[in-house]
Amino acid sequence: MNANVTNIDQLVRSEYKYGFVSEIDTDSLPPGLDEDVIREISTRKGEPQFLLEWRLKAFRHWTTLKEPHWAKAVYPPIDYQAISYFAAPRSKARYSSMDEVDPELLKTFEKLGIPLSERARLAGVAVDAVMDSVSVATTFQKELEQYGIIFCSFSEAVRNHPDLVEKYLGSVVPYTDNFFASLNSAVFSDGSFCYIPKGVRCPMELSTYFRINAAKTGQFERTLIVADEGSRVSYLEGCTAPIRDENQLHAAVVELVALEGAEIKYSTVQNWYPGDKEGRGGIYNFVTKRGICKGRRSKISWTQVETGSAITWKYPSCVLLGDESVGEFYSVAVTNNRQQADTGTKMIHIGRNTRSTIVSKGISAGEGQNSYRGLVVMKKSAANGRNFSQCDSLLIGDRCGAHTFPWIQVMNPTATVEHEATTSKIGEDQIFYCNQRGISRQDAVNMIVNGFCKEVFRELPMEFAVEAQKLLSVTLEGSVG
Amino acid sequence: MTFSGAACYSDLSMQPILEIDQLEAGVQGKQILKGINLKIYPGEMHAIMGPNGSGKSTLASILAGRDGYEIIRGRVLYQGRNLLELSPEDRAREGLFLAFQYPVEIPGVNSAYFLKAALNEVRKYRGMPELDAIEFLALVKEKIKLLELDEELLKRPVNVGFSGGEKKRNEVLQMAVLEPRLAVLDETDSGLDIDALKIVANGVNCLRKPDNAQLVITHYQRLLDHIVPDKVHVLVDGRIVMSAGKELALELESKGYDWIVREAKRAN
Repeated sequence: MNANVTNIDQLVRSEYKYGFVSEIDTDSLPPGLDEDVIREISTRKGEPQFLLEWRLKAFRHWTTLKEPHWAKAVYPPIDYQAISYFAAPRSKARYSSMDEVDPELLKTFEKLGIPLSERARLAGVAVDAVMDSVSVATTFQKELEQYGIIFCSFSEAVRNHPDLVEKYLGSVVPYTDNFFASLNSAVFSDGSFCYIPKGVRCPMELSTYFRINAAKTGQFERTLIVADEGSRVSYLEGCTAPIRDENQLHAAVVELVALEGAEIKYSTVQNWYPGDKEGRGGIYNFVTKRGICKGRRSKISWTQVETGSAITWKYPSCVLLGDESVGEFYSVAVTNNRQQADTGTKMIHIGRNTRSTIVSKGISAGEGQNSYRGLVVMKKSAANGRNFSQCDSLLIGDRCGAHTFPWIQVMNPTATVEHEATTSKIGEDQIFYCNQRGISRQDAVNMIVNGFCKEVFRELPMEFAVEAQKLLSVTLEGSVG
Repeated sequence: MTFSGAACYSDLSMQPILEIDQLEAGVQGKQILKGINLKIYPGEMHAIMGPNGSGKSTLASILAGRDGYEIIRGRVLYQGRNLLELSPEDRAREGLFLAFQYPVEIPGVNSAYFLKAALNEVRKYRGMPELDAIEFLALVKEKIKLLELDEELLKRPVNVGFSGGEKKRNEVLQMAVLEPRLAVLDETDSGLDIDALKIVANGVNCLRKPDNAQLVITHYQRLLDHIVPDKVHVLVDGRIVMSAGKELALELESKGYDWIVREAKRAN
């Protein structure tokens, strides 16, 4: 019925809360990309020779690649020469104390709910704050040092721990991996680095908060987490950007390495600017995330809540190399208005008795298009490998779409792979039923959506779960009729 | 056109809980209700019977505020207020409850959570403090006994995987928790076996109070063996063609609806 469509329309109109621009003096390179630009980035960051060589190899490889278009997303061609590949708040390279940080920068992160001053401790979460191309501050570094934990910006890691960086950089996502990963390898400017030594359980949540501020720039950060034998870490990542008419490119790479018995939990709440109702502007979020369970009994768990970006192209994956290693992927992806998401995971079982779980929840509203794309591979060596996948789609309204592209490859007869999928719709009859019990339309939708997502939300750290629920209700919020 | 002879226990000086006056309404351009008049006073139980397609469920939907119905003319007063201008959720918060003919499944939403949210909305609206989880569970566990339902049901998603009988009993459980002023039970007896029917009827009877009222919509008289109405109305082709005491239900059971349809036509 027409009346119903309008009601649901009103409901899913959203407001983006983080769309402000900070007035910060920015030092950026002019748009364009060639070897000189890469040398310039490397020089500005004072990088060792090996890294420059690596960047240049990546760039030369990238020039031989074509932008991939197999994702279920439609967008005009990207002009890579129109993007600025480096933008940094103009200020000291590194602050010796928080008091030296530009107050405008601190204010920006305060506004986003990320207090960087150590006085305003955020429930014991250590934060690395990245603005445009550089990390501006990392909290709790001293406390973490007591445990031998290294948590710093990528640039700092290159300076202070070049051996670790050289050993692990590109070991999970090589610079030849794919178009966007190659581009990132050539031009990445900053990001977070984390090393947890043998047997250490990281005493607090680590997190990186990414903020795009400058116009006409791309953000290309790189995160590398190495969990040594028997260690454990839980890592959170959040991101926002200002409202702009243009599309901005975000092509990040995240690499996780879990050695024997180590456990990495990586949670993302992605809230890049999604574009307006007509689909103008918004971030292209083309990200390569992969972890390798290198040692026996290691575990990598990805949890993502994807509410932002005009287009999301992202498949956090696990390579299960170590025997008895475990990979997990829990995902909620929301597309509203004209957003397009093509997201999922890859679970590559190589070791014996490896296990993986995939729980993917896609929510489509407005004219949003949501695709789950997944690959489960059981290699010949993956005796007794097990995978369970569940892909559920929830539709709100009748102009949106949900698509599922599971790919399963089993080369070992002792392996077990299960795949379940459902599609449901929030119907007017459900909303009316809630209304008739005194529950408003908005609360009814939130209740149904949260119920749909709860298997994923319960994988998130506590504070993040609350944040994610709020974010979801904002994303699907509108003037309630 | 109505026949007289209804037994009425109410004090006529009292304000009716529900007053329907010349209500005409339809859906997608087709008129279904053709002039309904009905007054329900506090303490009363009314039954509306009628053949399929006579407009019984349409009336229930309009009272609850379901989308998609057009009011052609007439008015509906609920506790003296214009019911039709209230949103469905405000009607519920004002104490109007509809036990659905087809209770809706809500996957992922836990029954206890749902009912607690509903109760607290109603309480908030009335300026009462919200119940916390412990207070709520104490309340619901007491009510659930009345309907002889398993407490496990509260942990399951709303109506998902419930048997037909469980769904209907769950409706009455919600009614017991929300304590409405006016409960409209739309074919609550359909799909129930005789044991479940007795449980539901017993539940509804226990909820009768001098300050509330019930409107029971049913096709069959068998529910009225267990729930004894003060008045029985027969709805035929969008009009109440006869209103009488509980004995009318028995007459309908033995004679069917045909004679009344004929009589109504003749009278027109």
